[in-house]
Amino acid sequence: MNIHAITAIYRFEMSRWGRTIGQSIASPVISTCLYFVVFGSAIGSRIAQIDGISYGSFIVPGLIMLSVLTESISNASFGIYFPRFTGTIYEVLSAPIDYIEILLGYVGAAASKSIILGVLILATAGFFVPLEIKHPFIMFFFLVLTSVTFSLFGFIIGIWADGFEKLQIIPMLIITPLAFLGGSFYSIKMLPVFWQNVSLLNPVVYLISGFRFSFYESADVSLPLSLLMIFVFLMVCIVLVRWIFKTGYRLKS
Amino acid sequence: MSTILSIHNLNKVYASGFQALKNINLKIRKGEIFALLGPNGAGKTTLINAICGIVNPSDGKIIVDGFDIINDFRATRSLIGLVPQELSTDAFETVWNTVNFSRGLFGKAPNPAFIEQTLKQLSLWDKKNNTIRTLSGGMKRRLMIAKALSHEPRVLFLDEPTAGVDVNLRKDMWEQVRHLKNTGVTIILTTHYLEEAEEMADRIGIINKGEIIVTENKTDLMKKLGRKQLILDLKDPLGEIPAPLTKWALAFNPEKTQLIYTYDSTKDDNGIAQLLADLSSAGMTFKDIHTNQSSLEEIFIQLVKP
Repeated sequence: MNIHAITAIYRFEMSRWGRTIGQSIASPVISTCLYFVVFGSAIGSRIAQIDGISYGSFIVPGLIMLSVLTESISNASFGIYFPRFTGTIYEVLSAPIDYIEILLGYVGAAASKSIILGVLILATAGFFVPLEIKHPFIMFFFLVLTSVTFSLFGFIIGIWADGFEKLQIIPMLIITPLAFLGGSFYSIKMLPVFWQNVSLLNPVVYLISGFRFSFYESADVSLPLSLLMIFVFLMVCIVLVRWIFKTGYRLKS
Repeated sequence: MSTILSIHNLNKVYASGFQALKNINLKIRKGEIFALLGPNGAGKTTLINAICGIVNPSDGKIIVDGFDIINDFRATRSLIGLVPQELSTDAFETVWNTVNFSRGLFGKAPNPAFIEQTLKQLSLWDKKNNTIRTLSGGMKRRLMIAKALSHEPRVLFLDEPTAGVDVNLRKDMWEQVRHLKNTGVTIILTTHYLEEAEEMADRIGIINKGEIIVTENKTDLMKKLGRKQLILDLKDPLGEIPAPLTKWALAFNPEKTQLIYTYDSTKDDNGIAQLLADLSSAGMTFKDIHTNQSSLEEIFIQLVKP
């Protein structure tokens, strides 16, 4: 295992994040605050409790997941796309490292950023609404698992994209709508039965449901099913990444 | 001299069907400077990239210091440093950080003293805290070399290292390359400046349309393929070559003020003594007399001309 290489990539990515700390942290934290003001206070005060939880508190896990999903994808995709765009990827490709080490560096850094962000948003939420975490270990496990899985997915997007536009397409046109429709701001039990069934096709439902369970023991789907779905998605990403490095897809000619 | 890099029957066919490398066989000796020459699109960069692991070879075998580049990629890549043709850098990173990043990437523990020494040798020490975007083109080129040297490679690929570099800096770089050679590093360089290859290389390989057409010691190549000419500056321009001298296949310069005799310098009897005697008998007088050896550039053009 080339530990020095993993550390070098990890540090490099974290220092790039540090250079754009305003954009990396302040922006999602401010957006989350705005969600609390709009949905938690302005609209939330007119919404009855859901499963015995005030609306403001109910949306906290969903808002954290929303940011963690989008930032994991954004950080990981940009992290690998940018060296491809500038041409500095030659150094990674010619270095004595295998794909697992490359992933540990890039995906590890992207996931770390998302975990830090998730914790910051959680702390910020504490200023707006009363917070209760019934299962902190499960909460942290979900946070880590989601960050890693979606950073891996972001890494795949960063390899697939051949322009900045493509880099944005999947997060903007697929992930954000799925996150909004995945129960971030409501329980899918509030939907008509048909739409409840349709919602079950949305993988983000399982993430948010499992994550919300760790806070309030309130979930749209069972915890094991939530975990199973994330693991399935993680496996799909791992298989895709293996294929990418085996074939050199968009990395080597 | 032992072999540090050997390439056997290497082929590269891109997905488009274009064959960039055709059955390349090449051996590079430990500690030499090998210049790989060829016109644009000849396959120089593809060959280097295949050795460094950036391009997947379609067929063939590449061995670096006894290790296979596919099966023992960690060993081979640790031995190799690459300075690519393009100035690909992280514009917002500092010189110090980027060179240390390269060292780490190649599996070496941090060694600030070595990085300091490398930056000093390349006259970049006073720029260590500068972001790369503030460096001039020449400094960026040297930075690329510093990055490639950061993990103390034994084989260094320089893909057009002096492209776009001014004459003084180019000469400085030649000095640095010689210094590296003196420390035992094997250097493989590609260049479009043939005087660079002529000045520095021990051996020269010429690649054209994906095929290695010549691999030779520089001096042997110049001897074998180079022409030598005897040039006689005439006192008075001549209208035509006098009849007694037609057997010598002499040529005029365009102004007809010089007589040019092309001969084979490797032969003991090159005919010069007899020619001078015949010229004297014909009553011809000269202002000056000198010889001219074909440059590598002339040899190169002769070899790769379509």
